[in-house]
Amino acid sequence: MRFLLQRLAFYLFTVWAAITINFFLPRLIPGDPVRSLIARYQGQLSADAIDSLYVLFGLDQERSLWGQYVDYWAQLLRGDLGLSFTFFPTPVSDVIGNALPWTVALVGITTLVSFALGTGLGVLAGWRRGSWLDGLLPVTTFLSSIPYFWLGLVAIALLTGPGSFFPSSGGYEPGLVPAFDTIFLGSALQHSLLPAATILVSSMSGWVLSMRNMMVTVAAEDYITVAHAKGLGERRVALHYAARNALLPNISGFALSLGFIVGGTLLVEIVFSYPGLGFQLFQAVGAKDYPLLQGIFLIITVSVLVANLLADLAYLALDPRTRKEG
Amino acid sequence: MAVPAGTVDAATPAGPATVGTGVRHRPGRRLPLLRNRKAMTGLITLGFFAVVAVIGPWLAPYDPGRRSADLLQPPSGQHWFGTTHLGQDIFSQVLVGTRGVLLVGFTAGIVATLLAVVVGVTAGHLGGVADESLSVLSNVFLVIPALPLIIIVSAAIPESGDLTIALLIGLTSWAWGARVLRAQTLSLRRRDFVEAARATGESTWRIIAFEVLPNLTAVISSGFIGTVIFAVMSQITLAFIGISSISPWNWGTILYWAQSQQALAQGAWWWFVPAGLAIALLGTALALVNFGIDELVSPRLRTSGSGPIRTPDGRTVRMRTGFTPVLASAPPQSRQPRRQRRRPTTTRRSSRE
Repeated sequence: MRFLLQRLAFYLFTVWAAITINFFLPRLIPGDPVRSLIARYQGQLSADAIDSLYVLFGLDQERSLWGQYVDYWAQLLRGDLGLSFTFFPTPVSDVIGNALPWTVALVGITTLVSFALGTGLGVLAGWRRGSWLDGLLPVTTFLSSIPYFWLGLVAIALLTGPGSFFPSSGGYEPGLVPAFDTIFLGSALQHSLLPAATILVSSMSGWVLSMRNMMVTVAAEDYITVAHAKGLGERRVALHYAARNALLPNISGFALSLGFIVGGTLLVEIVFSYPGLGFQLFQAVGAKDYPLLQGIFLIITVSVLVANLLADLAYLALDPRTRKEG
Repeated sequence: MAVPAGTVDAATPAGPATVGTGVRHRPGRRLPLLRNRKAMTGLITLGFFAVVAVIGPWLAPYDPGRRSADLLQPPSGQHWFGTTHLGQDIFSQVLVGTRGVLLVGFTAGIVATLLAVVVGVTAGHLGGVADESLSVLSNVFLVIPALPLIIIVSAAIPESGDLTIALLIGLTSWAWGARVLRAQTLSLRRRDFVEAARATGESTWRIIAFEVLPNLTAVISSGFIGTVIFAVMSQITLAFIGISSISPWNWGTILYWAQSQQALAQGAWWWFVPAGLAIALLGTALALVNFGIDELVSPRLRTSGSGPIRTPDGRTVRMRTGFTPVLASAPPQSRQPRRQRRRPTTTRRSSRE
C-alpha cells in the first residue's frame, strides 16, 4: 500500500511538473504569434474564447505571474484548453477527444502485444543461449535502429498501392460514418493493420533484448540450479522459476520506457495519416497551432502516467516483496 | 570490468599494462573492447561514418542543393542514389548530411552524459535529501514523454538550428543515464576502497572523481552511446516532421522532402531508402558498440555457444553456456513416477537485488 501511495504522489507531482512546463513554455515564445492569430480571427472569436487564449498564453500582462498561474489552473480544471487554430472554431478538447480513441486503440494495443511477444521471445532466447536464437539478436538490433516512421514509409511503398489489401492512409474508408457497426469496425481494423505491424516490428526488439539479458542473468542464480537438481521439467524451470523473476525488471522497464515508445509511435500515425494524436500533433506543428500542441502534450503525458500506474499495479501483483513492506 | 581504482596507499602498478618495446602485443591487450567482435564491427562502421562526416562535403559529386534537369531519376552511374523532384543529387545530400547528424548526436550525447554523471553520481554518493530530490527529478524527466516535449519546446523556439536541437535533446534525455549511474554509485559507496579513501580524509569530491568515477566508466560510456542513438533518432524525427530548420542538410531533411513531395506515390523509393538505411546502419553500429561494452562488463551476456558434445558412452549432451550440463541419469523409458506431493508453486527465493 505504501508503495502505491508513493507512486501516486510521484505521478501527481509529475502531472504538476508537466502542467507547469506547459504554463511557462508559451511565455518563452518570442514576439507574439498568438496575439497576431487572435487579431486575425478577431471578428469570429467570442469574448470568452479570447479570454481563455489570453490566459493560456500569458498575454494578460496586467496580472502577476502568480495570478496568471492560478487562472491557468482554474481554466484547466474546467477542461478548457483553448481553441484550436487549425480547426478553427473547435475547442482543443474536442479535437483531442476525437483523436484520442484512435491513438489509444492503435498504440495501446500494439504496445501491449509487442511487450508480450518480445518478452516471450526474450525468454526463449535467454534460456536457449548459444542456439540459433542468438542469431536473432543482430536482426533485432538492426530493426530497433530503424526509425518507426521510416519503416512505415517502406511498408507503404512495398505493400500498398492500387489493388492492394492494405490502405496506405487514413483510419477508415473515406465516406464511412464512424459508428459501432461491423462495416466501420472492419474498415478501421483493415486500416490499422499496417501501422500496427510497423510499430510491432520496431518496438518488439527492445523487449527481446532486455528480457534475454535478464533471463541470462537469472539463469545463473542458485535457485535455478536447485530447480534443475530437483529434476523439475525444463519448461517449468524456465517459465516458473527463471522467467517469473526475470520479468520484474522488464516490467519496471516497460513502465519507464513508455514515454519513449509513445513518442515513436506518434510518428507512425503521421506517416499513415492515421487520425490519432500523432497526426494532430503533426498538423498542429505545421500550422503553429500552439493551443493544440500544448493540449496534446498534456494529454499524452497524462496517458503515459496512467499507463505507468497500471504497470505499477501489475508489478505489485507480481512481486510479493512490494506488498510485504506495507 | 573497469580497472578497480587503487586506494591511496596501494600504488602498485596494474600488472601487464606496461608494454615492452619492440614486442607486438595484440591490440586487445590494452583495450579489451577491441577484442570483442561486435564492438569492433560497430567501431569500424562508426569510424566510417565519422570519416564521411568530415570529408563528406568534399566527396560529394554535386552541390546537394543544386537543381538540374534530371528530375526524379532512379539511381544510375551519374547519380548513384538518384535525384529529387528538383534534380538534386541524393547521394550528395546523404554525404553532406552525415556531418549534421553526427554532430547533433554526439553533442547531445555529451550534454546528456555530463548531466547524468553529475545528477546520478551526486545522488548516489551523497544520499539523503539530495538523493531523494534528484531521483524524483530524474524520474519526472523519465516518465514525461521526451519526444512530444522536445516538439513543443522547439515549436516555441523560433529558428532552431543544429546546436539548439542538440542542446534540447541533451537536456531532456539525461534521466535514464542518471538513474543507472545512481544505482551503480550506491553499490560502490560502501566498498572497501571507497571507505578507505574516506577514512584517510579524502574530500568528497576527490573520492567521487578518483575512486568512484573510474569504476563507472563502462556504465557511463554505454549510457553515452544509448543517448547518442536516441539523439540521432530524435533529430531526424524533428527534421522529418519539419520542426527544426530544414536549411542544413541532414538525413531527416531528405526524408522530409521525400515525404512532402509524395515520393511514395511517385514510386521514388531511392529518395527515402538510402537515408533510412544510413540511419539504421549508424544506429546498429552504436548498438553493437554498446553490446560490446555490456558483454565486457558482464561476460555472461556473451552469445558464444558450442554444438552438442558426445560423451564416451555414446550419448550426446548439449553444452549450454551458463548451465552445468545435465546428463539424463536414466534412459527415458524407465521414468519413475513423479511425486506430485509438495511441489513449490512459485519461487519463494527471488534474487536479492
